[in-house]
Amino acid sequence: MQNNRLHITLFTLLGLALLVFFFANISLGAVKIPLTDVLQSLTGSEASKTSWQYIIINYRLPKAITALLAGIGLSIGGLLMQTLFRNPLAGPDVLGLNSGASLGVAFVILASGMLPVALAGVFLSAYGIVLASVAGSFIVLLAILAVAQRLRDTMAILIIGLMFTSFTGAIVGVLTYFSTAEQLQKYTFWALGSLGNLPWNNIVLLALVVLMGLIMAAVTLKPLDALLLGERYAKSMGINFNRTRFVIILATSLLTGCITAFAGPIAFVGLVVPHMAKLLFKTSSHNVLFWATLLIGSVLMLLCDIFTQLPGSSFVLPINAITSIIGAPVVIGLLLNRHKGIFN
Amino acid sequence: MEKSKTILQANNITIGYSTKKANHVIAPGINLTLKSGTLTALIGANGIGKSTLLRTLTGIQKPLAGSVILNGQNIEAYTPADLAQQLSIVLTESLPPSNLTVYELVALGRQPYTNWVGSLSGDDRSKITEALKLTQTDHLSYKKHFEISDGQLQKVLIARALAQDTPLIILDEPTTHLDLQHKVSLLRLLKKLAAEQNKCILYSTHDLDLALQLSDELIIMTPNIVLQDTPQGCIESDIFDTLFNDDGIVFDAEKRSFIIKQ
Repeated sequence: MQNNRLHITLFTLLGLALLVFFFANISLGAVKIPLTDVLQSLTGSEASKTSWQYIIINYRLPKAITALLAGIGLSIGGLLMQTLFRNPLAGPDVLGLNSGASLGVAFVILASGMLPVALAGVFLSAYGIVLASVAGSFIVLLAILAVAQRLRDTMAILIIGLMFTSFTGAIVGVLTYFSTAEQLQKYTFWALGSLGNLPWNNIVLLALVVLMGLIMAAVTLKPLDALLLGERYAKSMGINFNRTRFVIILATSLLTGCITAFAGPIAFVGLVVPHMAKLLFKTSSHNVLFWATLLIGSVLMLLCDIFTQLPGSSFVLPINAITSIIGAPVVIGLLLNRHKGIFN
Repeated sequence: MEKSKTILQANNITIGYSTKKANHVIAPGINLTLKSGTLTALIGANGIGKSTLLRTLTGIQKPLAGSVILNGQNIEAYTPADLAQQLSIVLTESLPPSNLTVYELVALGRQPYTNWVGSLSGDDRSKITEALKLTQTDHLSYKKHFEISDGQLQKVLIARALAQDTPLIILDEPTTHLDLQHKVSLLRLLKKLAAEQNKCILYSTHDLDLALQLSDELIIMTPNIVLQDTPQGCIESDIFDTLFNDDGIVFDAEKRSFIIKQ
């Protein structure tokens, strides 16, 4: 098995890359902080300036953890979608899950004005936004599933995803028309997307939901392997297809929904990372792909986040712009390079 | 090992679809018995209901009347996991894109027996190796499934069914897309597996002349009746003349094949 040796090497390299980029992500930023002080702040001892320590603990570390969680969640969501829909171009953003989540959040932020104040408070809390976002992506996924069962054509599913994106976009547009300037501003800031500015308690919530989604995904790894041969073979091998599909959809909604709720819509990561994992590891076994996708996703996201904040400059670019700039050419490359990747 | 045990029995089944308004019957009153160690071919014109019959016999679709008994138990009473240890299938539809190697593809046949992460035990590995050897595809083990020819892929899919270790294997038109040489080699393989591994194998096909020469039994579907008999018995019953709804196609019993009247 020459593959096993390749996998061990790759996992080791990715593990190291994760450590390096996580540390690099924390060390780099608008304010220059010496490496020793970064280490001291992380290990709990005093840094030479309290402001440095404050920046590391309350700003950079949460941002790095959010990047890590977002990379993991979106990539695993993409892996699940690609196998479930037998479609190499499926991903949370392509299928319109991000837009579904946005719609949920738009309803909560923009329509909360029509609710009594006490209720609006509940809806606008972190929990309310997560719930709305997860529900939004879940509903879009169910709708896509309903269409996918009627249309066997895998390309049609992508078109449906596009349609949902414009449909939800239109609804959000209508909602903004009826909302106040303050609500609009709140929604616009959310929609721009940012990995930073999350308080610790929100990060704990995000981590818990991502963990829940990952556990559900892990349970479906064996049925996912069977699904590589298509639905009919999977059923003939004793897979409870309906239950498996439900768990996959719930896991994807949780992962995509909660990340979109906190970090805004982030494109391309869910689509590209599973392909990188498949190309690098040269396997279809989901037991391997799960960990590979998880590691590559987190490394890539940390790297993208480093790019948003060029050292020494005080500008912070939106994360979505970086992932798109990297992601779009990669997808075109994958499509052109059919023999090695997507369509074999 | 017990020879010629009855594996699958269809008792007076009516196949068809039921919609909200009415039952749409495709063929009524079918009786079939499939025994271990026999290779049976299912023959019928396009649209006569071969696929519906296969779907009913594999438990995907319920019969409108009658019952399908698999290894002494009604097929509807099996859980999906238990059924997977009784019945394996080989389909014609093309596989979704993936990086699966031949070995990994065959290994998927062990799913009904593995734990929740699907790790393979020593016993699983020896079953997979045996299946690859029996189908003479062991030299392809590390090739990707899209790198091999159609004929080889068909054999690999049969190896997957063998690895699933079920008394009954059902194949949906396994010889389509293959040239004559590979059709013959595939059917010889099925016949060998039925005889040597004591499997009960049912396959649907349009290659009547090959089916007559290489099957132990035939199931012929015509608009009027569904007949199960040995190849010789089928020829003597003159059923083949009613197979196609066209007077220009007649069966020549001596040549054992159809001739077309000019």
